[in-house]
Amino acid sequence: MSEHAAVAKLKGKFPDSVLDVVEFRGETTMIVKKEDIVAICSFMKKDLGYNFLCDLCGVDYLGKSPRFMVVYNIYNITTKDRLRLKVPVEEADARVDTVSGVWGTANWHERECWDLMGISFNNHPDLRRILMADDWVGHPLRKDYPLQGPGREPYKGRYK
Amino acid sequence: MSFTETMTVNMGPQHPSTHGVLQLVLELDGETVTKATPHIGFLHRGTEKLSENRTYHQIIPLTDRLDYLAPMHNNLGYVLAVEKLFGITDKIPERAKVVRVMMAEITRIKSHLVWIACHALDIGAMTVFIYAFREREHIMNMYEKLSGARMTSNYFRVGGLSADLPDGFEKDVRDFIDAMPGHIDTYEGLLTGNKIWQKRVMGVGEISGEAAIDIGLTGPALRSSGVDWDLRRDNPYSGYEDYNFKVHVDDGCDTWARYKVRLLEMREACKIIRQCLDKLKPGPILADCPKICLPPKKNVVNTIEGLIHHFKIITEGPKPEVGEIYQGVENPKGEVGFYLVSDGSPRPYRMKIRPASFVNLQALPQMVEGRLIADVVAVIGTLDIVLGEIDR
Repeated sequence: MSEHAAVAKLKGKFPDSVLDVVEFRGETTMIVKKEDIVAICSFMKKDLGYNFLCDLCGVDYLGKSPRFMVVYNIYNITTKDRLRLKVPVEEADARVDTVSGVWGTANWHERECWDLMGISFNNHPDLRRILMADDWVGHPLRKDYPLQGPGREPYKGRYK
Repeated sequence: MSFTETMTVNMGPQHPSTHGVLQLVLELDGETVTKATPHIGFLHRGTEKLSENRTYHQIIPLTDRLDYLAPMHNNLGYVLAVEKLFGITDKIPERAKVVRVMMAEITRIKSHLVWIACHALDIGAMTVFIYAFREREHIMNMYEKLSGARMTSNYFRVGGLSADLPDGFEKDVRDFIDAMPGHIDTYEGLLTGNKIWQKRVMGVGEISGEAAIDIGLTGPALRSSGVDWDLRRDNPYSGYEDYNFKVHVDDGCDTWARYKVRLLEMREACKIIRQCLDKLKPGPILADCPKICLPPKKNVVNTIEGLIHHFKIITEGPKPEVGEIYQGVENPKGEVGFYLVSDGSPRPYRMKIRPASFVNLQALPQMVEGRLIADVVAVIGTLDIVLGEIDR
């Protein structure tokens, strides 16, 4: 299968940072090192033209190590091309550098990621909860957070 | 020049001009806004968390409730994402694709009608509100004929549609799009040449193309800042590449430009719907993937295979391969995307919704800061936000 053009360029620039490349249904996902995420994103934006951050979110792979992934869905408005970057994040050090300096839109996305997934962002200009109440305890989208909220019987299905 | 202290004023969450439960904390110097801080989350229902505990078919009704002014677009984005995840995108029958595009464009008109109605009402032009809701009523009636519901349609299915078009539906649509350009002329007659309207929207809420891309604006809001980008044309889905339509772009960057672009989009939608009606040929409405798509009720009660497939899909749910996909569609308000992660189980491991309004609202502070408080209302209207989508 032909490799995405951006993959080779990124590998050439950051040979040690690209941990894995996955192709699925014609979409390319690159797993990169957490330490270099800001440098990689700046490179993607300035040199490869991925000027639009569509979406940023966290995924909780409870039971695996590292536990979290932060996912960046980026887009190039000139070439109409999509790409996905993923950053593994350990539970013990659930912090990633903010990319809100690269794409301003990351500001709220990162706030949401912190609010619902509990992944913190270094140097974020305004890291507050966004959807949940300010005094909420816990991060609801984590896999170990009960569906019906804390302090209630877990849901066992409609007929049980 | 001012000598007074600044004053903090709460706007919302109970405020008619905030289009739902949006709270804005405004810092005012006289009538000038020096700082605006949106507070959201009052309508948070945990759609993403709920989705992780439902099968792929059971999530479709949840997506209706995101952008409830354009439910079919959310349905469309979601079912396209699931079809991509299952790898059945190329098996969708032609008729289903055409009906999807047709309903998506009708929904675009429906959503833009609410935008022009509320936007004009907020600024003080009340008549437009009444007119636009009159036309919207026709679309609601069509929705009701088609899906049984006026707002939460839940009409699209993974692999196709839940039911074929009812008798006489095509005539309803044709009558509607024949009349609609005339109605748009009426709105324009009330607003475009209106001096008060022009003064309230021209030069208000300016945002440059570069700033718009940086903050993540999409849809008509981005195209009004001179960025020529429309997912329907640039990353076509559901057969949009077969239609002949124009993407309207304006360099004005202000509320006036967004007003013009949205009106043109409504006219363009009428043209697309007309092409859909011409393309509409009889045929199947559901993909032939019995292990993934819900079988028609006729097969469930008449054939043993249909019954078994139905039973398996309802009780267990179809299982996709391990993988992850992202599918974006051009919602009336901007790009709505679904990012699905599958671990091979019948439920999505993670579903992230990329809401258009959420990201568009983020641009509000920079569009209103330094302007008068009355412009805040105009900018909220022009961003065309829906809180159901912002808070999810």
